[in-house]
Amino acid sequence: MLVYTFKRLLLSIPTLFVISLLSFVLIQLPPGDFLSTYAATLASMGEQVSGDNLALLREAYGLDQPLYVQYLKWIGGIILRGDFGLSLEWRQPVASLIWERMGLTIALTLSTLLFTWLLAIPIGIYSATNQYSLLDYVFTMIGFIGLGVPGFMLALVVMWVSFSYFGADVGGLFSDAYKNAPWTFGRVLDLLSHLWIPMAILGMEGSAGLIRTMRANVLDELHKPYVTAARARGLDETVLTYEYPVQVALNPFISTLGWALPGLVNGGTIISVTLSLPTAGPLLLRALQSQDMYLAGAFILLLGSLTIFGTLVSDLLLAWIDPRIRLDE
Amino acid sequence: MMTSTDAVRVGTPSAPRPMDTPVLLDVNDLRTHFKMPGGTVRAVDGVSYRLHRGRTLGIVGESGCGKSVTAQSILGIVPRPGKVVSGSMVLTRGDGSTLELAGLDPKGKTIRSVRGNEIAYIFQEPMSALSPIHTIGHQITEVIRLHTGANRDQARERAETVMRQVGLPRPDEVLVRYPHQLSGGMRQRAVIGIALACNPSILIADEPTTALDVTTEAVILDLVRSLQETTGMAIQFITHNLGVIAEIADEVVVMYMGRQVERASVTDLFLRPQHPYTQALLRSMPRLGRRVQARLEAIEGMVPDPFSVPAGCAFHTRCRHYVPVRCDQPEYLEVAPGHWVRCSRAGEVA
Repeated sequence: MLVYTFKRLLLSIPTLFVISLLSFVLIQLPPGDFLSTYAATLASMGEQVSGDNLALLREAYGLDQPLYVQYLKWIGGIILRGDFGLSLEWRQPVASLIWERMGLTIALTLSTLLFTWLLAIPIGIYSATNQYSLLDYVFTMIGFIGLGVPGFMLALVVMWVSFSYFGADVGGLFSDAYKNAPWTFGRVLDLLSHLWIPMAILGMEGSAGLIRTMRANVLDELHKPYVTAARARGLDETVLTYEYPVQVALNPFISTLGWALPGLVNGGTIISVTLSLPTAGPLLLRALQSQDMYLAGAFILLLGSLTIFGTLVSDLLLAWIDPRIRLDE
Repeated sequence: MMTSTDAVRVGTPSAPRPMDTPVLLDVNDLRTHFKMPGGTVRAVDGVSYRLHRGRTLGIVGESGCGKSVTAQSILGIVPRPGKVVSGSMVLTRGDGSTLELAGLDPKGKTIRSVRGNEIAYIFQEPMSALSPIHTIGHQITEVIRLHTGANRDQARERAETVMRQVGLPRPDEVLVRYPHQLSGGMRQRAVIGIALACNPSILIADEPTTALDVTTEAVILDLVRSLQETTGMAIQFITHNLGVIAEIADEVVVMYMGRQVERASVTDLFLRPQHPYTQALLRSMPRLGRRVQARLEAIEGMVPDPFSVPAGCAFHTRCRHYVPVRCDQPEYLEVAPGHWVRCSRAGEVA
């Protein structure tokens, strides 16, 4: 197990390198750079930027150097000094912009994941063990509605209902008083009181799909010969459901953990924009639009690392829960 | 790998032991039906037999003839929507009391205390009959603790004893292994070990050697036999393989389309088969001493659709001796002591 963990950790280094390279190249792919976009924006507002000025700025930001030099400078700063560069648009170090947002994003993502699992797994098991019962049909229907209704739509409905009936604004993750306050216990409580709405909306979409997956997985397992064999040994139905099939059925859940993490970050972007959440999604979207390369690059790199980390965690969990996966034995 | 002894085994029934020991299970006119949208499948339709202490009853027939469902009915583990609709299955317990198994709640306490404890079941494929995510040790001690109330250490000790009994020489090593880490033969030994863990009085073996190669099959059959001699358990051995029946059974029940068509001692069945279906089965079996070029005979026709079992004698659509009217209501008759046949022309045909 230790050898396996170590191997996996070692393997993630080249993967991270490739991701960093790709994210840098991807940001450079659209024609032009931040300054040409910036000049175009200014021009559209009637201001003129002279070519000399642009060239000066380009030199100041290092944009005139060849790509590989820019890449090496960028990645070198990250590895050696934890310096993610300067956001061109915000004129601030990238690090100061992203950490709070990344932290909030991860908090929202993890709580959503937990909410989704707590909701989907028991319902899935119930639906499978009571197949074609009334509640199974009810859950199935709710599940399909949940799958069919887009998350941002649900977000709009929730906002409208809470605003027009309860007079409450459910947008954002903080009350106005705490929006720019430093971290205190009160701010954490305020966050928790706001977190559940986006969590429920984000989770609704995920749960619907997961309920279907769990139901199908458990149904698959329930009728396997080893369950019948265990029944023939006198085990009772509770043990037959939970000790055997559920554990095997959880397997695909864990293997999706790797992409569940970045999936929730990305998938949440539209909902985050709708609910004006200070999470990573909207900021990344904006950075991409304005070709704010260091900011966008930092986000993509972090999302990539999150995927690798998630995959690593899910692989280790899988090896722990399912002995057939321990490859080094 | 076919050795000469293997070849001799096939088709040479061993001398049966007399069925004079106490009856442990008395199955009488058992009927298990599956009500489906397309009609009712009478998977088991009037089957009667007895299991005797220390003796082996073979149940033989083609796939889908109801031999497995018969066994599942006993333990109440018939898959949905199957249901025992009539008949009785009386189990004689260790203390001499009797228990009617038909009509017990399949999820109830009573039948659960019988399963794995008094009646053990071995399935065809050892790999799929074991939980892939638990060690062999976990799966065997679980059963021991469930039925005997033993603590962890006692269960462990018992598990090691049983594993040694089934010929796994290093039980401590096998017990910490997962099913996928064992060979096919070892897995089936482990499965047999789990079945024997609580000293059952009856062992139902549902094609336990079908998934194994011939050499391993012979070894496992020998093992089952010797275990029966030490424990005195009654065995119900289900197979489609007449060679295996000849090897292991004392008495044989032949099934066709959910019905019992013949029942006889193993010698009678092989030397004096009465039912045309049994005769056809025997002809379709390879035997030593037959001309090499002679082709094996297959049974004519196809197994009928289970939704519409032919009326009267179910075999008449494939029978070369069928006579209309006369064969339409065959009765199950004792044609010789202990030899029962469901055929109107029994005794005339060969």
